[in-house]
Amino acid sequence: MNSVKPYRFPYKDLLSIDQFSQQDILTILDLADHYVEQNRKPDKKHSTILANKTQINLFFENSTRTRTSFELAAKWLGCDVVNMEVETSSVKKGETLIDTAATLNAMHPEFIVVRHPDSGAVHLLAEKVNCSVINAGDGRHSHPTQALLDAATIRRSKGKIAGLTVAICGDILHSRVARSNITLLKLMGANVRLIAPTTLMPYGVEVFGVETYTDMREGLKDVDVVMMLRIQKERMDGSFIPSEREYFRFFGLDRRKLAYAKPDASVMHPGPINRGVEISSDIADDLTRSLILEQVEIGVAVRQAILELLASNITRT
Amino acid sequence: MTGAPQFTAPYQQQKPGKIAYINARVVDPESGLDTKGAVLTERELIIDVGANLFADGVPEGIDVVDCGGHVLSPGLLDIQVHFREPGEEGKEDLASGSKAAAAGGVTTAVCMANTKPPIDSVHVVEFLKKRARETSFVNIETYATITKGMRGEELSEMGLLKEAGAVGFSDDGLPVMNSRVMRRAMEYAKMFNMPIAQHAEDLTLSHGSCMNEGPTSTKLGLEGVPNAAEAIIVSRDLHLLEITGGHYHVLHISTRQAIEAVRQAKARGLNVTCEAAPHHFALTDQMVGSFRTFAKMNPPLRSQEDCEAVIEGLKDGTIDAIATDHAPHGPAHKRLPFASAAYGIVGLETMLPLALQLYHDGHLSLLDVLGKMTYQAADILKLNAGRIAKGKPADLTLIDLGREWSVDTLQFSSKSKNAPFDAFVVKGRAVRTVVRGKTVFELV
Repeated sequence: MNSVKPYRFPYKDLLSIDQFSQQDILTILDLADHYVEQNRKPDKKHSTILANKTQINLFFENSTRTRTSFELAAKWLGCDVVNMEVETSSVKKGETLIDTAATLNAMHPEFIVVRHPDSGAVHLLAEKVNCSVINAGDGRHSHPTQALLDAATIRRSKGKIAGLTVAICGDILHSRVARSNITLLKLMGANVRLIAPTTLMPYGVEVFGVETYTDMREGLKDVDVVMMLRIQKERMDGSFIPSEREYFRFFGLDRRKLAYAKPDASVMHPGPINRGVEISSDIADDLTRSLILEQVEIGVAVRQAILELLASNITRT
Repeated sequence: MTGAPQFTAPYQQQKPGKIAYINARVVDPESGLDTKGAVLTERELIIDVGANLFADGVPEGIDVVDCGGHVLSPGLLDIQVHFREPGEEGKEDLASGSKAAAAGGVTTAVCMANTKPPIDSVHVVEFLKKRARETSFVNIETYATITKGMRGEELSEMGLLKEAGAVGFSDDGLPVMNSRVMRRAMEYAKMFNMPIAQHAEDLTLSHGSCMNEGPTSTKLGLEGVPNAAEAIIVSRDLHLLEITGGHYHVLHISTRQAIEAVRQAKARGLNVTCEAAPHHFALTDQMVGSFRTFAKMNPPLRSQEDCEAVIEGLKDGTIDAIATDHAPHGPAHKRLPFASAAYGIVGLETMLPLALQLYHDGHLSLLDVLGKMTYQAADILKLNAGRIAKGKPADLTLIDLGREWSVDTLQFSSKSKNAPFDAFVVKGRAVRTVVRGKTVFELV
């Protein structure tokens, strides 16, 4: 065996997938695998890796699922957690955000996990505080931990990422999940296809090295992984899409459309799912095809891995 | 001497075998064919065509139609009609409208979506298709709306509407004013390879108007609308088309400025088409005379200069098709003070002779003028129609090119008689109309 230098995770914050190298990603995924195994044991709560550390979950947008995942990840590593939900609608966002950052910073947390409806808001906040800032989703821009947990899920299911063909389907336009996944999957050597109605396909997205389709049958042909995105129901009656039933007819994942993918193709969804709108129930619930619950499980492990790696960095600097 | 119109049963109720149309001047605008010859149909399809077909006589067992040396054209299409069914059957219905079509030599009529209720849902399209099968004398196709209820806010279910049989999308007389909605409509329809057809009128500019803005409107004291109302929307939509791609179609284009915008867009390679109505090249706003509501339509009759621009656009190919905007209204809606009267005129039974005037006047060749009402019109909506060729539907119009006749609106087959062409002496007339191999109209 060659002597491998201990890998140093050189980041203060986790803001977007763009900051990572392939090696960074592999480090996170390997550690996440370790935590998946740990979490299945009865004593998962008794780690002390983050003992005496504090995490503030600062959510300017509701997300029970992501917030809970971060909360469990921290608690299972022995970290104290405080949840803050902030109403943004009535205040000037930029000013409040910086004020809030300064206030929280004064409380000396080690981690601030931030979700914000504005793209780039998390980066702004990270400039104003000393502690680690973790992006839990900013606007349509970035959702790096979701992409990482998706990658970990794919790797555990398929044994690899490089060379796989992954189709991301649905509301690409408004999706930070799609943007982070495109970056990560391309970095790891996967082929990425986007399938969306023209009204929900971002302009000029081909420059990211993805193929685009408006027909599910063509787009799903021979893919290894089908990654469905959530349709914002509140947008359905706007002018992006005529109706839920039309959307399901042409872009919802059902058996007929899934049959164009590889026979062992996996189905993913960041949740929460709209049954009968973007995915039919029988597929969502088909444990031989659907990885939706694995994504939730692995989500906690990935966030543990990230907290550990960021913490190791804090102790060194 | 005018012949007496005679209608046979709707084509769905006939079951013909082989029919030979001999002694014809066979004209197919798409291929450029213009020859003395014959056409052979079997059931619903054309199975042979040519100069030497039946040179040695017609074999036994084949019915013969002697065309008397007249022009045998692909059946004409009118890609913009209002048949008022469902909702206003008193003005017109599919039976009466399609009879008017047959009498005008039109074998395919494309209905606009502004019925009551509007054609914005699958079940209305299905209803229309069903009623057409039961009652229509000619092929019926239909637009569906761009937006739900033609309100210009939310997209209609375009994919499902296409599956139900709609061939294009239009909110008809209600232009989509919201640029953002129009952009999405173009993007969304592109996915289904369907055209978005716009009645181009800036409603904020035309608000309150009832005719063209010009000396006549000034003289009559009527509120006029400037050409800019049309040009603004066409230009805006062409900018949107540039970012969305897809296919944009301008309904009844009528102004010099809008035609020029389309001309330039075509030169830039944009997928834009447009159509013009016969009244916009045959009449000017002077026709309004002293408040003649039969000359009230939307877009309004324009100036002489615009009339000439329409003809120029037809000549140089900027304008792809001729369509009537056939808009039946009864006296209750037309016999009103000009500003209150309904917009629109019937046009199916005068389209052919008014268009042929372009040929008689030397503006367009016969092939070119018929091309605007056959394959070029069909291609806008991707219809399998408008050609005389083997394997194509046996839709044919037999035209007596030289026949002079006087328009008598009371003789129209349409339920409504609102047309400004009464007593016009015109030249050229459909003498036989064949739909899917079956004669549905004959002038005997």
